[in-house]
Amino acid sequence: MRRVVVTGLGAVTPLGVGVDHVWNRLLDGASGIKLIDSFDVSDLPAKIAGLVPAGTYADGGYDPEEWVDKKDLKKMDVFIAYAMAAAKQAVEDAGWQPEDQDERDRTGVMIGSGIGGLGGISEGSKLLAERGPRRLSPFFIPANLINLASGFVSIQYGFRGPNHAVVTACATGTHAIGDAARLIMFGDADVMVAGGTESAVCRIGLAGFAAARALSTNFNETPEKASRPWDKDRDGFVMGEGAGIVVLEELEHAKARGAKIYAEVLGYGLSGDAYHMTAPSEDGSGGFRAMENAFRNAGIAKEKIDYVNAHGTSTPLGDEIELGAVKRLFGDHAYKLAMSSTKSAIGHLLGAAGAVEAIFTVKAIQTGDLPPTLNLDNPSEGCDINLVAHEAQQRKVDYALSNSFGFGGTNASVIFGPTP
Amino acid sequence: MSDVAERVKSIVVEHLGVDADKVTDNASFIDDLGADSLDTVELVMAFEEEFGCEIPDDAAEKIATVKDAIDFIEANQ
Repeated sequence: MRRVVVTGLGAVTPLGVGVDHVWNRLLDGASGIKLIDSFDVSDLPAKIAGLVPAGTYADGGYDPEEWVDKKDLKKMDVFIAYAMAAAKQAVEDAGWQPEDQDERDRTGVMIGSGIGGLGGISEGSKLLAERGPRRLSPFFIPANLINLASGFVSIQYGFRGPNHAVVTACATGTHAIGDAARLIMFGDADVMVAGGTESAVCRIGLAGFAAARALSTNFNETPEKASRPWDKDRDGFVMGEGAGIVVLEELEHAKARGAKIYAEVLGYGLSGDAYHMTAPSEDGSGGFRAMENAFRNAGIAKEKIDYVNAHGTSTPLGDEIELGAVKRLFGDHAYKLAMSSTKSAIGHLLGAAGAVEAIFTVKAIQTGDLPPTLNLDNPSEGCDINLVAHEAQQRKVDYALSNSFGFGGTNASVIFGPTP
Repeated sequence: MSDVAERVKSIVVEHLGVDADKVTDNASFIDDLGADSLDTVELVMAFEEEFGCEIPDDAAEKIATVKDAIDFIEANQ
């Protein structure tokens, strides 16, 4: 099978825009979770979210007009604009500028989203009810379709290879990267722009997740304390927004053009819970089997893993179930590896989560820095492995794994290894 | 330039993201100003909004240039 490496990274997150900027703030223990002030939250039980900060790219902020032509912005929901910004960073970071049609035909795009244009659909629905069908924009449907993130990116760069989009709720980003890597392994493409994007922090999104009793509601006064994976006081996840995009490339293709290589995509595993719409199966078998399947094609011993970027959403049920699965899978080695949840700093980016967390996992391999789990003041019983509480740690990281689990009982794990 | 012409041209500039000096009377939205069929639908909606008039689909199909838009609006205000 052909080997696949990561050659470009791009991120739009609640800690800012630009991978290095975000990574440094993450290691500093900064939080991107704030009180929402862009729409009315007075009647909502959860009033906080991980919000992408406004500002210029030079200052680590987000200004859509720096990334997308102003006239095109009205043709796309925010989630697509985030993907365009992250994709531009990743493509430029990779230095991938195909010179002929054949190279463009061998470059594909696989960007997913959990929910797509939820805010845009909600606004369109209001407009239809209040002012009638003649006022609905001709861009309403394409602006909100999930696969239009891939569509816009492919049009922007002329990438005419596989044009695909993943929709697996909160596992989307990890599935997109894993599936895109497989397309390269199978020879369907030489280069794939892959990842996830999300902008569901709007009234209907917040109200919907709150109705499902999934969100933290006890920390509206201290937003930066709300996302606290494995801590006794955790009470639900905190919504986040943004995008993570990576450039994946066939190893020899990357070497031939002298590309900088961050890491290798070694293993990818998937599984289903077949259990419940929103709750993880209590025995953790879904996450366990996704990780186990990732090892099956990674071809490395479990003891090689130095770092796990956990799904760790800060929900009462999920965190301990995932940790239990990690302990069962790794045995004694669970006490030697380190595991953290970066959702403690940025919240849960839903369909973008796995992609942004894959970037953090790759950065851990590149730099040897382990991002912290914030707010882990009093670990729940049995949460006794190194969860990188409060402060970043340093250690050599050769191999690392990232987990993502989604509503519908969908699970994905990806294993990255050192530059070949 | 009439008031209607000025307002039509400023809508075209804003919606199509083109330079004002390109928006001449005879400029075609699709051939000269880079619009596609969805852009022209949206442009017609913006004219309706700005001038408080309704432009039926069969009339909208005949609005291909800046002047077509100005003439229709002036005749139907």
